[in-house]
Amino acid sequence: MARYKFKWLSSAGAASFASSLAAIALGLLAGFAILLISNSSMALQGFATILNGGFARGAKSFGLVLYQATPIIFTGLAFAFAAKAGLFNIGMPGQFVIGAFCAIYASVNFSLPAPLRWIACILAAMASGALWAAVPGLLKAVANVNEVISCIMMNYIGMYLANMLIVKSNIYNAAKNLTVAPGVFIPTYGMEKLFVDSGANIGIFVSLGVAILCWGLLQLTPFGYELKVCGLNRHAAKYAGINEMRCIVAAMAIAGALAGAGGGFLYLSNAGKYMTVVDVLASEGFNGIPVALLALNNPIGVFFSGIFIAYINVGGLYLQRYGYVPEIINIVISVIIYCSALSSSIGKLLFERKGVEADL
Amino acid sequence: MNSQENILELVNITKAFPGVLANDGISFDVKYGEIHALLGENGAGKSTLMSILFGLYEPDSGYIVYKGEQVQIKSPRQATNLRIGMVHQHFKLVGSFTVLENIVLGDEIVNKGFLDMQKARQKVLELSEEYQFYIQPDELVDNITVGMQQRVEILKMLYRQCELLIFDEPTAVLIPQEIAQLMAIMKRLAASGKSIIFITHKLNEIKEAANRCTVLRKGKAVATVQVSSTSEAALSEMMVGRKISRHVKKGELEAKEAVLSVSGLTIAGSAKGEKAKVDNVSFEVRRNEVVCIVGVDGNGQGEIVRAICGLIKPTSGKVLLFGQDITSTSVRSRTAFGISHVPEDRQREGLVLGYSLSENLILETYYRYPFQNRGFLSPSAIAGNAARLIEEYDIRAGKGAQTIMASMSGGNQQKAIIARELDLDPELLVAVQPTRGLDVGAIEYIHQNIIKQRNEGKAVLLVTLELDEAFELSDRLLVAFEGKITGSFKTGDISAAELGLYMSGAKNNQKDVS
Repeated sequence: MARYKFKWLSSAGAASFASSLAAIALGLLAGFAILLISNSSMALQGFATILNGGFARGAKSFGLVLYQATPIIFTGLAFAFAAKAGLFNIGMPGQFVIGAFCAIYASVNFSLPAPLRWIACILAAMASGALWAAVPGLLKAVANVNEVISCIMMNYIGMYLANMLIVKSNIYNAAKNLTVAPGVFIPTYGMEKLFVDSGANIGIFVSLGVAILCWGLLQLTPFGYELKVCGLNRHAAKYAGINEMRCIVAAMAIAGALAGAGGGFLYLSNAGKYMTVVDVLASEGFNGIPVALLALNNPIGVFFSGIFIAYINVGGLYLQRYGYVPEIINIVISVIIYCSALSSSIGKLLFERKGVEADL
Repeated sequence: MNSQENILELVNITKAFPGVLANDGISFDVKYGEIHALLGENGAGKSTLMSILFGLYEPDSGYIVYKGEQVQIKSPRQATNLRIGMVHQHFKLVGSFTVLENIVLGDEIVNKGFLDMQKARQKVLELSEEYQFYIQPDELVDNITVGMQQRVEILKMLYRQCELLIFDEPTAVLIPQEIAQLMAIMKRLAASGKSIIFITHKLNEIKEAANRCTVLRKGKAVATVQVSSTSEAALSEMMVGRKISRHVKKGELEAKEAVLSVSGLTIAGSAKGEKAKVDNVSFEVRRNEVVCIVGVDGNGQGEIVRAICGLIKPTSGKVLLFGQDITSTSVRSRTAFGISHVPEDRQREGLVLGYSLSENLILETYYRYPFQNRGFLSPSAIAGNAARLIEEYDIRAGKGAQTIMASMSGGNQQKAIIARELDLDPELLVAVQPTRGLDVGAIEYIHQNIIKQRNEGKAVLLVTLELDEAFELSDRLLVAFEGKITGSFKTGDISAAELGLYMSGAKNNQKDVS
């Protein structure tokens, strides 16, 4: 059985990693084509900027990558986790903004000793995000309401609720440009010396830890086993006596906690980001979807695809030096997502045909 | 017409799919006025061969000679134009159309832009008369019996003046009386000069109706024999390639105390005003006993089983296991109580196709020790369990325990379910169509396991559409008709023909039993 010793090399996981890499290459190629079309004289420099954007200004740029990656890794995990249970969680913007609000509210109103304060704030963010996502989960489990529709509605309710509470509660007046009470920021443990002025903090390591936890929960525990049965074949779940309703609610609540944590980490990062009254759904929420799709919903993969997407986003910022609009990066990202979605469905087709052949 | 002449010759037909040689140099011929049986296990290449004849696939090599001319059949339309017709296993009828409309559909007689139904009616009635079909042309297809629907299918072919008719497992959906009538119709068709290819895996039907029989095995034509001079045992051996003990020895056993008692079980129809799916059903299954519910598909058998296993809540009535009321307990607690369930649709319910074999083998026990240990799944216990069951139940899978379920063959998928369910060591085994779509070897194996279960003092409730299977395995037979149990017999006390009367609702020996 030596052939299976390096199972991960020949496994489906390696194949999907390869397909993601191919999708990224195609996406970058498309980006290059667009650079060529819009201004061919600068295309090479522009493309080089996309490729090394995350290092364009050395450690500071990479610090920016880490800072941007943290929230989308969390929302990416939120999407991937629900997807494993067969749910399409598009409610991350709502869960994210509610989590962010509760984190800030806790930071202003809770008085705890320093090392516990940010942790308490993040826990508040997670709890509120979980509650927010549990609502569509419950609706789905009890009344079979399509989670996509209820999640979208919860996004808007969450956004306007946050708007209302920002104005009504004390946090708006506490300090508009410094919403978070000093001393509650996510610690950096010296990272600010390495990544000067970037906003990078230990959130990125927490996200890695949480990604590993999610992976472990899904792969190594009975809870993960039954969650995936619900996602893969709900008839089999019922047949086997698995409590599908509990699975759905739990999966949504955990996903909401993850998205909420993302909100907490972004706004508690001491990078000058503060909450205001806006009429736009949080983009960090939606950005979790491409992050998760690119990682094919693998939690560990989400960590790396989150960093990758943040990386080329930062590159996109620097593109402006050559007169390009940063939105080009959005095109690159969307081509990557299309290609990776396509490659996984092609893979699926091949896989299913194999099954048929073996049955002939 | 010279009856010695061949209407059809298939010569050296070869068709390969990636990884599988479905047809490997198959040659056979059909004479005018002959019923030629095509016998083979699932996967022997029957369907591929008929698809080639019907223009759905093109052969890689070999050719077809039809009425003395070499032809290339590229589409079903062309096959129909050549007067080749196929009676599919699953009828292709429009339920809300009348019999006449269904027959005419696609080949209407048009007169100045208007349908000429009168002429069509004339023609259909003549055909019906000639072959004694006794059809009612104005009845809706939804309102006639399955046997009648099949005659409509046959009439469709005759209306199109087909001369070569392919019957694809035509008896699978029929009760014994209808089977006998179908055999008579087939013989009449042959006597009037039509040629018939009769695909089946039931040997007694071949003996009854066919003139010659071609046996396919693993894509090859093993032999073409005269049916009259070949025994069933010889046919079966040719088909499987080895001797088969068709009949499991089960031996007489005294049934002991009741394991399962169902009393007054009623399940209302889903829509308001619809008839109850299960109507006041009561029966017992005892230790050392196989009770089999027979009946035409869709007469409430499925719902009875689902209520026993906890998948649907009955409207009223009770399910007792060892005298204990389990009517409203969960599926999981019933499994723990000792009910194992081999579901009707293995891929839809019984398996998680995206999971590996080893993961599927713990579908109901993953949360118990040793598979769960201190909150974590134990890979070594899961792998050990899989290795043991693969060995014990001879499950064949390309990559062993790690094989993804979707890539396994149907027979081995079913073996995996049987292994998992029997390994729970159930007091009551509920098996619904446990051998559907499996080859003879796998059927034999599963039958032996069911009997073993019974002989070890367990109770077995079997639901099957195959009467042979019911007679072979069961100690008692129950007949389900329109949600009621209309017959209850000791297996030796009733013939298949008699049973058919109960299955079609013509007889009922349970009227007095409340």
